Amino acid sequence: MKYLREYRDRQLVEVLLEKISATLTRPWVLMEVCGGQTHSIVKHGLDQLLPASLQLVHGPGCPVCVTAQETVDQAIAIAGRDDVIFCSYGDMLRVPGSHQSLEGAKANGADVRVVYSPTDALLVAQENPQRLVVFFAVGFETTAPASALALAQARQSGVQNFRVLVSHFLVPPAISAIVEGAENSVQGFLAPGHVCAVTGMEACQELAARYRVPIVVTGFEPADILLGILHCVEQLERGDAAAENQYRRVAGDDGNTVARKWVNEVFEIAGQNWRGIGTLANSGLRLKSEYEAFDAAPLAAPPVLDADQRDCISGEILRGIKKPPQCPHFGTRCRPEHPLGAPMVSSEGACAAYFSYQ
Amino acid sequence: MNSDQPDAQTLNLHCPSPIEADCIQLGHGGGGQLSSQLFNEVIAPRFANAELNRGHDSALLNLAGADVAFTTDSYVVNPLIFPGGSIGKLAVFGTVNDLLMAGARPQYISCSLIIEEGLAISTLGMILDDMADAAREAGVEIVTGDTKVVERGHGDGLFINTAGIGVREWPGVIAPQSIQPGDCLILSADIGRHGLAILAQRQGLQFDAPLQSDCASLLPAVTALFDAGLEVHCLRDATRGGLASVLVELAETSGCRFDVRESAIPVSPVVTGACELLGFDPLHIANEGCFVAAVAPEHAEQALVLLRQQAVSGSCALIGRVSEAGDGKVYLETPLGSRRVLRRMTGRLLPRIC
Repeated sequence: MKYLREYRDRQLVEVLLEKISATLTRPWVLMEVCGGQTHSIVKHGLDQLLPASLQLVHGPGCPVCVTAQETVDQAIAIAGRDDVIFCSYGDMLRVPGSHQSLEGAKANGADVRVVYSPTDALLVAQENPQRLVVFFAVGFETTAPASALALAQARQSGVQNFRVLVSHFLVPPAISAIVEGAENSVQGFLAPGHVCAVTGMEACQELAARYRVPIVVTGFEPADILLGILHCVEQLERGDAAAENQYRRVAGDDGNTVARKWVNEVFEIAGQNWRGIGTLANSGLRLKSEYEAFDAAPLAAPPVLDADQRDCISGEILRGIKKPPQCPHFGTRCRPEHPLGAPMVSSEGACAAYFSYQ
Repeated sequence: MNSDQPDAQTLNLHCPSPIEADCIQLGHGGGGQLSSQLFNEVIAPRFANAELNRGHDSALLNLAGADVAFTTDSYVVNPLIFPGGSIGKLAVFGTVNDLLMAGARPQYISCSLIIEEGLAISTLGMILDDMADAAREAGVEIVTGDTKVVERGHGDGLFINTAGIGVREWPGVIAPQSIQPGDCLILSADIGRHGLAILAQRQGLQFDAPLQSDCASLLPAVTALFDAGLEVHCLRDATRGGLASVLVELAETSGCRFDVRESAIPVSPVVTGACELLGFDPLHIANEGCFVAAVAPEHAEQALVLLRQQAVSGSCALIGRVSEAGDGKVYLETPLGSRRVLRRMTGRLLPRIC
């Protein structure tokens, strides 16, 4: 298949692996930020092919994994209302809240529907004027523009029964939190190509300059990831710390200005609660006052959780401090069919990727 | 693998986890890990007997001296009519194929209809016509049945149950337990077409090339193998849960290790593209017209030649081998030369966010 086959070409991969080996003179620790990259690395077994002195740790870039348990509980409470049709992206359905998942709520009678885009949820609202239709707006800079567009359309067409439960996250503050963390071992970052396709290079340039760390915007196919690693390692070996774009076929240096315009029209930057990490300042989006009428949060209050009640070490996983097999519950009490935490849920989650492919 | 990761063997990856859900979820019907748990922990212990424990598509029975196979299956699909077939065609071919997978020639099937109030009689008629056509094609007669009507809202238009009986006229026990080290693993056709055709129709997704279900009778392919006297040890159609579930189940039941080459598994470009777009693995997508055969190595080449001559198995391929070492796992060699353990899908297929 065009645009896939050439980036999965074995010869090309072997050439890149040889170059990486030839460049390395000492051990380095890199983080791939996006869950899609983690999935690809483990699915294609790239970690088996790379030199042992190069360590890849998996970052916080899986939208399913970072959505706070409190937010999932709130979503389940809203979905349980008789007057609500709750629409969600598919892989949010299995994320465990404190007591059950949205899929469990559905089995108990909640009207939970899988949609492929927020505009599909808006259509459900237009087709069901007597019910409240709530869309679970999760994800990073990649999914926020679609949420914004659906909200702008809803406002423009005067749809009264459409709501969104917003849990949008921003990647750069998470990278800052990782670098500033006391236990940080990451020396270079593979930045998420699809996020940068929206944001452009500016945020990466700021981070690289502020923390003196190489950041390479990287794609998702095996050759993309190896090219990102190669350029990151080359910088580290030279002592450089720059932002580079190795995914120009998708991510322009200026990003997607139209998408950002819609996001800025509907959302403003706010603090956000990251699962397993906690609240980070300016790391999420909330609705602007003009769009407050669409906020689903007042439909059910989020619960207050005891931080110590969880067995999942997702915070350490998401910050790259531990790898999934280092969790005592990995593969035993915690499996994809019974996840203790979100990283075991989505195929982009580091734990699920390890479980499925190793 | 990096050195700080513990050996997978020490992680006890097969420790069963309890079903913590207090009620049935859709994932329990997905053909993956949850379905397997439901059967093994809730259903099988209550009915336990030697034949059920065989874990085969059909029960292998001896009735008054005759070797027969007996099977049943229920069909629930929305939409009832889809590109490449209908629930009626599925209900006949599905049961016919389950009998064939036990090395039996299908003879008679039953037809139980559970109809939701309000279903158009013209729609029912079209589906029953499909059943009649499919039965003729597969050489079976529909000889008994039942009809129930449920209130509107209590059924998805139409549910069909069929049971089938066939005569095991070919020698040997065709079952997972007959798989032997050295066997060649042959996949009869390219995978992923049925599940994606249904999904595309249900969600209104459109692709450049239309997706059609592979729903078909496997009779011509299976009879070609048996009539040539080839030593076939096991057959299994790759339906719910896809090729991954079937391979994992056969490896576990036989206790053998399977080595499979990912690049040898035929997948059409449209299925590859749709899976990339939706975040699915083609190995998890349901099929209704392809099967895996474990064939003695000396007969594998001839099996491929014979299968290629049949329309239903024209895209067959040798995808792997059963190895000497017996850890009951499936190892997939990726196109890049790395290796990973193949696992069942977890619950039902859920599209990824981005």
